[in-house]
Amino acid sequence: MNMNMTGRRAFLRFLLCVVLVSLALTSSAFPQSGGELRFCLRGEPKTFDPLLVDDDSSLSIRYLTGGVLVRANRKTQDLEPELAESWKVSKDGKQITFKLRRGITFSDGSPFSSEDVAFTMQRLMDPALHSSTGDAFRSGGGAVSTKIIAPDQVAIIFPAPLAGLERLFDQVAIMSTHSPKKEAAVLGPFLVAEYKAGSSVLLRRNPNYWKKDSQGRRLPYLDSIRLDIQSNRDVEMLRFKRGELDLINVLDSDYFDRLAASSPGLAHDAGASLDSDFMWFNQVGSAPIPEYKRAWFRSTNFRRAISQAINRDDLSRVVFNGHAQPAVGPVSPANKFWFNSRLKAESYRPDSALKRLQADGFHLKNGALFDKGGNAVEFSIVTNAGNKPRERMAVMVQEDLGKLGIKVNVVTLDFPSLIERISQKFNYEAAMLGFRNVDLDPNGQMNIWLSSAENHAWNPQQKSPETTWEAEVDRLMRAQASTADPKKRKESFDRVQEIASEQAPFIYLVNQNALSAVSSAVEGANPGILSPQTFWNAERLTLNASTRASR
Amino acid sequence: MQHERMNAARKLACVVVVAVCAVSLGANWLAPAGYSKQFREAPSAPPSHQHLLGTDEVGRDRFARVLYGTRISLLLAPAAALVSTVLAALVGGLAGYLGGIWLRLARGFTDLFLSLPWLFLLITVRALLPLNVSPLVSVLITFLILGLLGWAASARVLSTSADAMRNSDFVLQARASGLHGPRLFLVHVLPNLKPVLYAQFWISIPVFILSEANLGILGLGVAEPLPSWGSLLRELEGLISFREEPWRLVPLLLLIVVMTSFQMLLTNEEVTA
Repeated sequence: MNMNMTGRRAFLRFLLCVVLVSLALTSSAFPQSGGELRFCLRGEPKTFDPLLVDDDSSLSIRYLTGGVLVRANRKTQDLEPELAESWKVSKDGKQITFKLRRGITFSDGSPFSSEDVAFTMQRLMDPALHSSTGDAFRSGGGAVSTKIIAPDQVAIIFPAPLAGLERLFDQVAIMSTHSPKKEAAVLGPFLVAEYKAGSSVLLRRNPNYWKKDSQGRRLPYLDSIRLDIQSNRDVEMLRFKRGELDLINVLDSDYFDRLAASSPGLAHDAGASLDSDFMWFNQVGSAPIPEYKRAWFRSTNFRRAISQAINRDDLSRVVFNGHAQPAVGPVSPANKFWFNSRLKAESYRPDSALKRLQADGFHLKNGALFDKGGNAVEFSIVTNAGNKPRERMAVMVQEDLGKLGIKVNVVTLDFPSLIERISQKFNYEAAMLGFRNVDLDPNGQMNIWLSSAENHAWNPQQKSPETTWEAEVDRLMRAQASTADPKKRKESFDRVQEIASEQAPFIYLVNQNALSAVSSAVEGANPGILSPQTFWNAERLTLNASTRASR
Repeated sequence: MQHERMNAARKLACVVVVAVCAVSLGANWLAPAGYSKQFREAPSAPPSHQHLLGTDEVGRDRFARVLYGTRISLLLAPAAALVSTVLAALVGGLAGYLGGIWLRLARGFTDLFLSLPWLFLLITVRALLPLNVSPLVSVLITFLILGLLGWAASARVLSTSADAMRNSDFVLQARASGLHGPRLFLVHVLPNLKPVLYAQFWISIPVFILSEANLGILGLGVAEPLPSWGSLLRELEGLISFREEPWRLVPLLLLIVVMTSFQMLLTNEEVTA
């Protein structure tokens, strides 16, 4: 009897222990809902209309509130189904058919169907809307049409083939055709609850968001996100250190190092980003520069020599404290699919640079370089005032080229004056700027590489290609844009990268690393290189218990 | 007693200004390296035996840059102040002396000049300048522009003083003695405007140094690699804590000391003028 009682008690104790341990494990293993995440927007959002978004702040809000058919995973760079279960691109690359998820509703309760996709595409492609998101879909002269096949199936038909078509839908937030609220009815994890101009934007969780976690709990975990509008980076950093902010999406290398020194766990370096800094020479035929200088700038040997005379390792190490990589070409190595891995960054070879210059008739006299006509080699590099890393790079390039006997004058101008000089009056000799690349696909660079393009910076809007290599680049860029076969596209764009390396119309300098900061209060963050770096998985982010309790 | 204290302060200010000028003029001998020499192995280094004030972000010796920058700012700011004071004397002094419609016209013009958004205009003027100018020419142009644009406030003060002087006893007596026109202005009016002119000259120097510093902070002042107080002050952007790198504050402290010394050099009469 006693033995029985003892055994039963022991069993009950064991059972109690099992229950308690499993409860403890459950609470620690599963993310806890609730709380308010806080971070800063660097400027006022220009619009809440997801189809008119063109600035960083509005992009962030669209990312957090908009529901899209497909989403590019910010870590793997692969496309993943979202509102569309699956999709199929026709062989001719002119049509894409989406199979939609069923049972999804907008934040205001109105149902989501193929009608909404058709409505969104028609509105997006309306020329009167002037949507830059829509511009990416314009492949030919004709109109884009939509065909509703079933409530959960829709086809979008383009007048001409569009390479990398499905990836473009990552930027298209679907709007409701039936909801009277339009912009306020969203399919994303959060919705705009309050906007105080110049102060903050408050996002609350979308109660109708369709995604659930592996335990069947509805996402997002957070109750709300407060986005404070703050352009001053010093203030942003101070507030982050005080615990008032949880994330800093993009950090300068100076701030990064200071934070890493004081709180190593909070600073994240995700490696080389897609952004690049570069310089180029003015090759415009009608530019108001001396003819002998135009001849230098149009010489491949001269451009390659300048490229070889710049110490990119020093730029990365000194200007960015090691948080940058010497740039290889128009595609960052971070772009896993499109980067031409056969290419390497130009190494620092001043001797080789001098030989290239001598091949063009340049010669040294008393430490200064002269061309074959006896003109001293001197040119100015313009860059935008206020961008300290770029100004520092220009100073280092000035020093590097000085060792070759080249005199460089660094001129910093306010941005409007700079743009006027480099894109309208062409009254400059060399320029240094950066390219903030958000598009992985080479189609995003069509407006740079086509010789007829406005952004063909070194010699824009050519009626016909002025050099054979530019004609070849035109052909290759059009070829990659007109086929849906990724292999053929890759071959064409690989060759474009090789030509860019051989001809050096742009002298690529560095790819800055994607630096960010995540507070220890945030759980589940996994900063990446693609924008938005820290909150790309916002729906799965949680806050620790003490932060949840305090907000 | 108070007068003696004032004199002592002025002497001290004079010693400070002279010492700073002398040290900056000896930069070629005192600086451990050229102002543009980049020690790339030691960027943003703290003070050491080799670099007394550490190095800047691209590894240039900060002590050398402070010496050369002081020379540039302290030589060129008085030059710009001289240009603006001469212009102010011509416009303000003459208008006040002539009086009537000339005075009203000059005051209207100076008021208009003072109400213009100068920072934006300076940015525009700087952007219109040719790009391929050496850093030395760029610094000369920057201070010349400051001098040419900075005369209006002084002109307004001078026009009021000259206007008051126009009907004074000694001017009336000079007129009664047959003195007229430019001779009366040059011989009797202008010498009596001297205290005001001196005051305006001394006041303009710190104003121009600070204007160049402001342009430097916007990246529009003196071209790289030439240092100036403006470009040196730019290093303070992003400095969150004074305790982290206090040696970076040296250019700011030097600016404060020199500006205070310039203010102390003014006599009581000049201050009230």
